[in-house]
Amino acid sequence: MSAAAPKPYAFRYDDRWLRLRFYFGKALIYLAIIGLSLIFVVPLLFMFSMSLMPLEQIGKYPPDWFPNPILIENYTKALYFWNFAQSFRNTAVVTGLSMVGDLLSCTLVAYGFARFRFPGRDLLFMVLLGTLMLPFAVTMVPLYIGYNMIGWVNTFNPLIVPHFFGNAFYIFLLRQFFMTIPEELLDAAKIDGAGEFMIWWRIMLPLAKPAIIVVAILSFQSHWNDFLGPLLYLKDERLHTLAIGLYKFQGLPGQGSLYNELMAATVLMVLPVLVVFAVFQRQFVQGVTLSGLKG
Amino acid sequence: MSSATVQPLASSRRWIFNPFKELSPGRRREAIYGYLFILPWLIGLVIFTAGPFVASFILSFTNYSILQPGRWVGLENYVRAFTNDDLFWLSLKNTGVYVVGSVAIRIVLGFGLALLLNAKIRFLALWRTLFYLPSIVPIVATTILWMYVLNPRFGLLNWFLGLFGVPRLRWLTSPDTAMLGLLVMSSWWVGTTMIIFLAGLQGIPEDYYDAAKIDGANGWQRLRGITLPLMTPTIFFNVIIGIINAFQVFTQALIMTGGGPLNSTRFYMLYLYDNAFGYLPPQMGYASALAWILFVIIFAMSMITVRTSNRWVFYGN
Repeated sequence: MSAAAPKPYAFRYDDRWLRLRFYFGKALIYLAIIGLSLIFVVPLLFMFSMSLMPLEQIGKYPPDWFPNPILIENYTKALYFWNFAQSFRNTAVVTGLSMVGDLLSCTLVAYGFARFRFPGRDLLFMVLLGTLMLPFAVTMVPLYIGYNMIGWVNTFNPLIVPHFFGNAFYIFLLRQFFMTIPEELLDAAKIDGAGEFMIWWRIMLPLAKPAIIVVAILSFQSHWNDFLGPLLYLKDERLHTLAIGLYKFQGLPGQGSLYNELMAATVLMVLPVLVVFAVFQRQFVQGVTLSGLKG
Repeated sequence: MSSATVQPLASSRRWIFNPFKELSPGRRREAIYGYLFILPWLIGLVIFTAGPFVASFILSFTNYSILQPGRWVGLENYVRAFTNDDLFWLSLKNTGVYVVGSVAIRIVLGFGLALLLNAKIRFLALWRTLFYLPSIVPIVATTILWMYVLNPRFGLLNWFLGLFGVPRLRWLTSPDTAMLGLLVMSSWWVGTTMIIFLAGLQGIPEDYYDAAKIDGANGWQRLRGITLPLMTPTIFFNVIIGIINAFQVFTQALIMTGGGPLNSTRFYMLYLYDNAFGYLPPQMGYASALAWILFVIIFAMSMITVRTSNRWVFYGN
C-alpha cells in the first residue's frame, strides 16, 4: 500500500472524490467505534462515580454524572455492614490454592498427553475433550451429596481440592503449546540423565511460560469470580468469598436500595480483577483468542 | 510376565487385552510415565466427573432428598416433568428464548464489532480492551451494576434510549420486558466473542482482498464472497459455545429477578437449582432428572449444529 509501488487498479488516491469518500468512510468507522466503546465503558465508569455519590444524587433523572460532594465514607459504611477484609482473605485463599492446583495438575497431565506414547492415549484425550461439553448441572447434585457425606460442606475443600485433579480446558490449551516445543530440547536433558519429572519441572515449565501465564490468568479470573460454587458450599458467613458476600450484602433489607454503598462494595470487588487485567492485558486477550469458552 | 513357559496360562491370557505386552522395554517405560503424568486427571475423572455423572443418572430414578434416603420410583420423575409440570415447560421455553436471543446478539454484534476493528484503524489494542473490559467483571458485580442500569425510574438505559425518543420501559419489573432486559445485559459481554472473531479476521490473507479489488468487487461483495465463507468455522465455534453457555444461564436471573416477575425469567438452571437446594424438602431426585434432560438437550443441540455444519462451514478449498 506504500506510495513507492503504486498499484494501477487499487484505490486511485489522486482522484479527489475517491479520497474524500475514503476519509469520510474512515471518519464514520472511528465515530462508530468511539460511540460503541462509550456504551461499553460508561456503565463501568459510572459505577465508580456512583460509589462516591450521596444517595439523593443517584435517583436523579437525567443522571448526575459526577459526585458532588465526593463521599469517601460510602466505602467505610459498606465495609461496616460487610466484613470485607475477611471475605477478601477467603477469596484470596480459595483463588490462590485453586490456582496452584490448576497449574500443577494441568501442566503434569498436559505434559503426559503431549510427550508420551501410551496405549489408549488418543481415546483418553477424546474423553477429556468430551467432558468439556458436560453441563455442570449434571454433576452438581451428586457432588453436593458426596461432599455433604464426608463433611466438606461449609469448608473451602469443595472449591479447592478438585482443582488438583486437572481441568480439561487448561489441559487442552497447555498440551497444544507443549506439542510445539522442539523434541531436541528435551532429548538433550535426557542424555544428561535427568528424570522425566525433572525434565517437566526444569525444562518444560520454563519453556512454556507464556502458555502457563495465560492459563494462570484464566484460572485466577474463574476462581475470583466464581459464584455458584461458594453459593452451594459456603453457608457460614465467616467463610464467605467476595462474590457471595456481595450477593448477601445486596440482599440485606434496605441495603439493596442504597446504591452508593452497594456500588462502593462492588468497586472493591472488581478492583483486583482490573489491576490484574491492567498488568496482563495481552495474556488476557491471548487467553480468549485461544478459547472463547469464557463468558 | 515371565510366564511364557507356562503354556496353558499364556494361551488363556491371550483373551485379556494387554497392550503392554506388545511394547518394547523402552516403549513400556514411556507408557508407564505417560500414565503417571496423566494420573491426577484420571483420578479426578473418576471421582469428580464419571462417578457423579453415573450417580446423577441413578438419582434421577429416585425421590432422594438430602434429608431422607430415597426410594426407587422408576420413570416417575421424567413422566412428571413432561406431563405434569408447567414450570418445567415454561422454564424450558424461557431458556430457549434466551438461547436464541443471546446467541444471535453474540454473533451479529460480535462480528460487526470485529469487522469495525479490523478496518486498519489506529489504537486497535485500546479499542479491543475497551470492548473486552466488561467481560472480565465478576458476574455478581455485573448484575448489581445492571440492576441500576435497568432501573425503570432513573436507570442509565432508559435515559440513553430516551435520547432517541424511546419511552421509559419497566425492564425487570414487568413480565413483558424482563427477558428483554436480560438479553440487553448479555450484549455487554460480547467482547469475548468479538476478540475471537477479530483473531479469525486477522488470519485472512490480505492477498484475497487485493485480488478481489482488482476484479472490481466492492466492499459488500468482498464481505459476502471472502470474509463470511472464510469465517464460517469461527462462527460455528462461537454458535456452539454460545448455545452451551446460554442454556446454563443462572446467576443473573437468581440475583436480579429470582425468576420473576410472573416467572417470565424462570430459566431452566434456576428451576433445577430451586428443586435441588431451594425447596423444602429438597427434590434432588427430580433435580437430577431435570439435569439429565438438560444434558440430552445440550448434547442434541450440539450434535445437530455439528451435523448441519458441513452445509455451511467452509474448511479451505
